[in-house]
Amino acid sequence: MIKTLGRRIKGYVRESVLTPVFMILEVVTETIIPMLMATMIDDGINKGDMNHIIITGLWMLLCALIALFAGAMGAVYGSKASAGFAKNLRQGMFENIQSFSFANIDKYSTAGLVTRMTTDVTNVQNSYMMILRICFRAPVNLIAAMTMTFLINARLASIYLIAVVFLSIVLAFIIIRANKYFTEVFKRYDDLNASVQENVSSIRVVKAFVREEHENKKFSRAANNLYNLFIKAEKLIVSVTPLMTLTVYGSVIAISWFGALMIVNSELTTGELTTMLTYCMQILMSLMMVGFIFVMLTMSMASAQRIAGVLNEKSTLTNPENPDYDVPDGSIDFENVSFSYSEKSERPVLNNINLHIKSGETIGIAGGTGSSKTSLVNLIGRLYDASEGTVRVGGKDVRSYDLETLRDKVSVVLQKNVLFSGTILDNLRWGNENATEEECIEACKLACADEFIQTFPDGYNTRIEQGGTNVSGGQKQRLCIARALLKKPKILILDDSTSAVDTATDARIRRAFAEEIPDTTKIIISQRISSVENADRIVVMENGAINAVGTHDELLKTCPIYRETYVAQTEGSGDFDKKGGN
Amino acid sequence: MAGPMGHGRRNMGPRPKVKNPGQTFKRLLGLILKNYKFHLITVFVCIIISVFSSVQGTLFIRNLIDDYIVPMLSQPAPDFTPLIFAILRVAAFYLVGAAATYAYSKIMIYVTQGTMRDLRCDIFRHMESLPIKYFDTHPHGDIMSVYTNDVDTLRQMVSQSMPQIFSSAITIVSVLVSMFIISVPLTLITLGMVFAMMVVTKTIGGKSSKYFLAQQVDLGKENGYIEEMMQGQKVVKVFNHEKKSIEEFNELNETLFHSSYNANMFASMLMPINGQMGNVSYVLCAIAGGVLATSVSGFFGISLGSLVSFLSFNKSFSQPITQVSQQFNSIIMALAGAERIFTLLDEPSEEDNGYVTLVNAKTVDGKLTETDERTGLWAWKHTHQATGEVDYIPLRGALVMDDVDFGYTDEKMVLHNVDIDAKPGQKIAFVGSTGAGKTTITNLINRFYDIQDGKIRYDGININKIRKSDLRRSLGIVLQETNLFSDTIMENIRYGRLDATDEEVIAAAKLANADSFIRQLPDGYNTVIKADGGNLSQGQRQMLAIARAAVADPPALILDEATSSIDTRTERMVQESMDKLMKGRTTFVIAHRLSTVRNSDCIIVLEQGRIIERGTHEQLLEQKGKYYSLYTGKAS
Repeated sequence: MIKTLGRRIKGYVRESVLTPVFMILEVVTETIIPMLMATMIDDGINKGDMNHIIITGLWMLLCALIALFAGAMGAVYGSKASAGFAKNLRQGMFENIQSFSFANIDKYSTAGLVTRMTTDVTNVQNSYMMILRICFRAPVNLIAAMTMTFLINARLASIYLIAVVFLSIVLAFIIIRANKYFTEVFKRYDDLNASVQENVSSIRVVKAFVREEHENKKFSRAANNLYNLFIKAEKLIVSVTPLMTLTVYGSVIAISWFGALMIVNSELTTGELTTMLTYCMQILMSLMMVGFIFVMLTMSMASAQRIAGVLNEKSTLTNPENPDYDVPDGSIDFENVSFSYSEKSERPVLNNINLHIKSGETIGIAGGTGSSKTSLVNLIGRLYDASEGTVRVGGKDVRSYDLETLRDKVSVVLQKNVLFSGTILDNLRWGNENATEEECIEACKLACADEFIQTFPDGYNTRIEQGGTNVSGGQKQRLCIARALLKKPKILILDDSTSAVDTATDARIRRAFAEEIPDTTKIIISQRISSVENADRIVVMENGAINAVGTHDELLKTCPIYRETYVAQTEGSGDFDKKGGN
Repeated sequence: MAGPMGHGRRNMGPRPKVKNPGQTFKRLLGLILKNYKFHLITVFVCIIISVFSSVQGTLFIRNLIDDYIVPMLSQPAPDFTPLIFAILRVAAFYLVGAAATYAYSKIMIYVTQGTMRDLRCDIFRHMESLPIKYFDTHPHGDIMSVYTNDVDTLRQMVSQSMPQIFSSAITIVSVLVSMFIISVPLTLITLGMVFAMMVVTKTIGGKSSKYFLAQQVDLGKENGYIEEMMQGQKVVKVFNHEKKSIEEFNELNETLFHSSYNANMFASMLMPINGQMGNVSYVLCAIAGGVLATSVSGFFGISLGSLVSFLSFNKSFSQPITQVSQQFNSIIMALAGAERIFTLLDEPSEEDNGYVTLVNAKTVDGKLTETDERTGLWAWKHTHQATGEVDYIPLRGALVMDDVDFGYTDEKMVLHNVDIDAKPGQKIAFVGSTGAGKTTITNLINRFYDIQDGKIRYDGININKIRKSDLRRSLGIVLQETNLFSDTIMENIRYGRLDATDEEVIAAAKLANADSFIRQLPDGYNTVIKADGGNLSQGQRQMLAIARAAVADPPALILDEATSSIDTRTERMVQESMDKLMKGRTTFVIAHRLSTVRNSDCIIVLEQGRIIERGTHEQLLEQKGKYYSLYTGKAS
């Protein structure tokens, strides 16, 4: 994991090195100040040497200024290094996600990926800055100050050594214990928020069943649990401060007593004693810092792991070594094809499919939800790879094509389709970046989208909101079809893409396809029999297998599933949301 | 309406503005004082003790050299007794100080966590009492952010900023006084440096907050882009759009890098600069003090011991000042959060002036009376306000709407002159296109919204007189969005009636045709449903929602597009369970698919908030109107 993340420092190595260098410079100069103070007292003040006082004073001032400069530079480089690191992480994840296959995408939820790219990266960014700035500063500070005290008086300094060892053991103990509690606290905290969210989105159910009190009780219980856990964890943490102060005070007293003894015996000067006392705070504070970093790091560890997970995810689909860039025609062949989404699942989603589609044919696919219609067509554009058997397009195995070429020629209008924020033209040009406005209008006419776009005040320049929320479901579907048409594909797949379009318009779109793009192979998946009944052949799917293939009339006679659905739909198939126009 | 929620939002949104910081702070303080007055007083006392003892400690260092060590140096046989006593005395101070520190930090945990728990519960309790209108008009992400962001920043303020500022203030005052006592000129130098530090803090802090603002905006933009692209990831793949989206992303990422770099740079420069300016102040005092100690005597003169302790005061003076200046930003943030919390708490709760209640009833001598046991027979208890007389009206499920007008806002009416007369046990269907006002009618029946004009009567009682909770309890509801809770299937069904036994739950599941698929799940009825039913199919979730309504066993039912997103064959199965459920109950069915409503006692066709046709399936076909044309596909 550290290796994966470490590679992303690229481009900010100089800053990442300079930051600790400046931080160490800051610490060292800062540590010299009390040292100079000692000579100032002993050789200057005690001897009344004004010159010495001023000169030492100026040296001290210089040290402070260097420390100031170094500290500021450390901040500059540290921020740049960590912001750059964060940028690289986001970019790395985004680029890797773009290389994901559908199977990879299925593994992560949208919210999960967004969290990884935002909150998790911010966590890691902050920790990285901490590492660069404090991780070096605190230990160096500790060592420098310890060295100084040993230089002054080794016997007195051993008091600090004892204090440091004592505090480290206690701190380590507390941190390990508290860390355990805090992991639990954060989990409970997330649960609590999740339950609030559930309540907000289900408020109608809560109110309809008059369950407000029930929910209140549930929430109070959860809040109380969180409270108890928080108290436990924080009780541990607050014991750190008094322990720390007690150790500091204990050291001060011990140093004072033994120092006084030594001074009386002329083994120590008053100046040295003062300096020893000054270092006291410095030593113990840096020890605290080390502990603090440790806590921070363990907290961001989970984030780092999640990020590394995305970065290390390898696409399950790769381009072949010598890819084929030519798709000769729109014929499709399935030969003994089986498919499962996961190797572990016992029942395959598609089972031993054999199907041959001629170039230019119109194929309808019918079947209930869960009958694997979508899984079947997804294999054509190599959105997934078949687990067994071969899928051929234009007579060649889909795995031999260059992925981009194949997907350009096989245009899928997905069931769960998305428009992006931008104008209608922007969205259409996803199909073909260089399409002229005329070509776009042409495609929209084919998809019966032109008629409603013309009614918008801004026409083709109308802005689509994120997720396409400002157009109706039927309009969105027609725009998505137009977008797919702009690719000028050899195979066009409509995966339940007209479900929100009214029957009449649906029929007009299909008629336009037949007349305007006769050479394109068209595959239409639909719940609605009327959408597929005019196809050259209709494939009926049931439980991951082909139940029947034939024309509408043949199937009505031979296929009970098809007939049943047809009967259920012909009588009373009217639907208020699918009447003309929307 | 439900936006992206949870942690992603934590760092988003522009920097808050606090409209009325004083008022908000006062209210917040009141909230804490309400339950923790004694605690807080103790905390303050402990803080004072702790600061006092640490000042004593610093003073001791001065006495150590001047009063004990220096005199001993001149003694031929040094007498350690005074030193021993001094050390014992200061040790006592230290112990008391440490104890006080421990005590106040520990008490503060209870104050903070207790207040936060109470606040969370208050917010939640109040949220549950808000009318549906609030949830319909406020983005869910905003409501969530009150829990995730605002309470959190508030916690930091109460637990850290408040005690720190208090102890810093006391430290500053007591140290300042001590410094003045030791040496006026040195104090003036220190104050001069403090002033310089404050100027620097203000300048750099201003720059940093400007860039932080920019960072939030850029972060928001990039988050939006990520979210959009992640949602459309499959479309990106299908259109080979990967390179293009990486390009666009990199542009945004670069902008974010710059604002984030600058924001963090200025913010993190503050600490070393202030710290080192503190060192400069220390050095300047050391030089001046050295000069004063050697060459000046009299009022401005200073002894060596005094100089040493002054210098340590100097250090402990700059520290709290830096700390306080760093706390300001977080206090502003927390107050802005508190303001949003209070806004939520000040939202008016759902009003309920109903006084007709629903009670268990039994028939004694041909007359209905109230009883405590669950008889399966329900009655409305109508206490007449003028006379105090009590009437018991049996719950039957008759519903009449009389010339009802309604609009979500006063400007735009959604329903006009709606008349409906549903007899007990009848099935009434509403059909019409999206936006025709079908769901609105059901929102009125269970009083999620109140009507502007006209009357709705339930079993002959104006529904405004019925207590809302009792009205809703008498109506079962199955919505298009099934909204299951993350709990076991058993508990999800039991949600309909909390005291239902396991057997009753299973019976309800059987009625809903759900029993067989539930038993096929690895843990059966104990299967835990993941966040909003992700591990179940749409149809299965629908069946659970039906079971939930079935276990409630209400006399009247509302089915709002309950089967609209399942395929024809699955729908048939669900339909079967729905028919079982509807038997003997007054039912309101909303649908845009006509196949589901054919066997209704009355079908009401709505268009733009008006009833345009009504009647049975056969009658409507005869009318050859809108319904006819849709059902047959022929123009009328």
